[in-house]
This record gives sequence, C-alpha cells and structure tokens, in this order.
Amino acid sequence: MSADRAIRERVGDIPTPDFDDTPVTAAPPLADAKVAIVTTAGLKPAGEVSLWQPTDGSFTVLPAAARDVQLAHFSPNFDRSGFAADINVVYPVDRLDEMAAAGEIGSVAEHHLSFMGAQFDATFSTILLDSGPAAAKVLIDQEVDVVLLTPI
Amino acid sequence: MLARVFEEAGLATVGLSIVRQQAVNSKAPRFLHVEFPLGRPLGRPGDAAFQSDVIRRALALLERTDVPVIEDHPTVIEDEADEAATCTLPPRHDPDLHPAVDEARGLLPAYRRHVESVGGRTALGRVVDADRIGEAVGAFVELADGASLADVGWDADQVRAAGQDVRAFYEEAAMALSDHVPGARQIESWFYTATETGPVIASAAAALREAGEDRNTWYYILPGNHGR
Repeated sequence: MSADRAIRERVGDIPTPDFDDTPVTAAPPLADAKVAIVTTAGLKPAGEVSLWQPTDGSFTVLPAAARDVQLAHFSPNFDRSGFAADINVVYPVDRLDEMAAAGEIGSVAEHHLSFMGAQFDATFSTILLDSGPAAAKVLIDQEVDVVLLTPI
Repeated sequence: MLARVFEEAGLATVGLSIVRQQAVNSKAPRFLHVEFPLGRPLGRPGDAAFQSDVIRRALALLERTDVPVIEDHPTVIEDEADEAATCTLPPRHDPDLHPAVDEARGLLPAYRRHVESVGGRTALGRVVDADRIGEAVGAFVELADGASLADVGWDADQVRAAGQDVRAFYEEAAMALSDHVPGARQIESWFYTATETGPVIASAAAALREAGEDRNTWYYILPGNHGR
C-alpha cells in the first residue's frame, strides 16, 4: 500500500463534530468575483519560520504578491518536494493571477490566509468559534466573494 | 470545517479534498476530491495547465445548487515512496568528520543552487540555517549515540524543528541534483534510505523514544513510513 493511501485510511474516520446542516452562500458570477486562497498548509511569511504547534488553531495573513512563503506545517507525513519546486502545487497564487488577467475571475484578494491542517478535536472549537470567524472578517474586509480552500 | 464558518459569514467556498471521508463528514457545500499525493493538492508541480484545470473544476462547483456536493477529479496520482530518487551524493571530503556531517557540508553548493533558482525561498531556518547544517547533523549523531536533549542544547520543540530543517536542507539540495521534479515522496525516500544523515535522524528518534522522552519530542521528527 502506498504511504499516502495508508494515511488516508488511518485519518478518514478521525472523529469530527456532528453537523446536521450545510450552510451555503451563493457566489456571484465568477467573472465578477474576488477570490482568495485559504490554505491549511501551515504557511508563514518569509522570516517567520517558527514551527506551528500541533494544536495551533490560529492563522497567518499572506500578502498575495509574496512568493517567498514558507512551509511550516508540523507534520512530516506528506511530500514537501512539490512545494519546494513550485508553490502553486499547494498555494496556487500564480494560477489565480492568470485567471484574473484572462477575465475568468473578477480579481484576486490582496491577502490570502493560512491555517495549519491536521488538527484534532481540541482545536475544532477554536477554529469554529474564534479564529475561523476572525479569518472570515479579514476576507470580508477585503470584499472577497469566493474562497478556494486548499489542503496539503 | 473552515468552509462552514466562511459560508455562515457570507463567503462562498469551494474546497479541494484530500481525505474524502473528512469532506463528507464536514457537510460543507462544495468539494472537489483530488486523489493526488499528500503535499501536492494541485496535482503536478510545474504543470500550470493541469493546476488551472483543477481550479476550474473546483470553481465550477459554485454553480451547483444540489449541495453538499463532492465531485471526484478524474485523474489519480499516486505517491512514489517505493522508488527513491537517485541523486548523486558528494564524495567523502574530511575523514575526521562523521560521514553524515561531511555529507551535509558537501551538499551546501547544491542547496544554494536550488534556493537561488527559486528566488531565495527555502523551508530552512526554524532553528538551523544552511551555514550551521553540519552542527545540526552532528547533534543528531550525538542523540543517536545516546546523548540527551540537554547535552545537545535543544528542547522538545527545537529537536522537532531541527529534524524538519535538516530534511528540508537535503530535499532542497536534491532538487538541484535532479534534472526533473521527482515523484511525490521519492526525495523523502532518498533522504531516509540513501543518505548518511537520514538513518541518523531515524536512529536519533528511536533513541529519544527509548530514553522515555515525551512523544512530541520524537514522533514528528520523521514520517511514519520511515521507521517511527
């Protein structure tokens, strides 16, 4: 079995809160939409390379023009060479810029955000009640319409 | 989970899913599930067309009203951990140094070539920078030989971060020693099986575990598929 398949089997049934509804917001036409990336890759701005702690539910704000973001996720259990070669394979900033230039999307947010994924139940309430709403405010303050969520 | 918070705040979301069951459990409205290597959710580094196609497929889900919806990307890409990359290692230079320390120092030019090629971006620097990579590898040699964390001057966070720094140094050096971007986990496998330093890191983690150190000290030093 591949290394990734073993991990997927192991973490697939990690207990999560039991939700009974699906909140949904309608998006404007893509050609008019301002799009932001929120990644759970545990990225940090250059120079802030301290490692995320396993239960850290906070987020970082990444200037959209920056390409020197650093991968600071605590987990060793994923390939890092792809990101080393091309950040877009995790954090597709150049792809969004190209789509905005081509008119496929309206515009790109001035700042993207990063959380650190692979969290466990102790951090869920922080994200649901504290840092998640705070991140939403950062996005709404930029008049973002659409969020593309990328894991790692 | 973030998707739920954002939707409730008035932001439309679409997510890339890498563990399908977790996407199902979240009951978030829109996911494109990608069976790509962990660490490469857009699929292929350096392949802009493929990455753009992934994004377009994801954004297209914003038009769906039958939420929650999880669509599967038709392409499957497996990791290649079973086939270690083949990167040339430097010849022995200083016989007075431990082979792992000598090897790390010998890889400095390759590491610097890679960092220069990507505009200065590096994952190194949590507790060690490139100029001190030999010292960090030397500390792991001591830990593998039974030294304590206090002996090498690290705490639990620092040893974990140093393990990732050393791995990052080798992985970034390997990028300069390969004429293409290797498959997912091929460089990781090269580091832990073909170099002098990778097995030292694994031995250090085992020694810390056997010494009764806290799980957070040794568990995250190396991937689970490399002897943890």
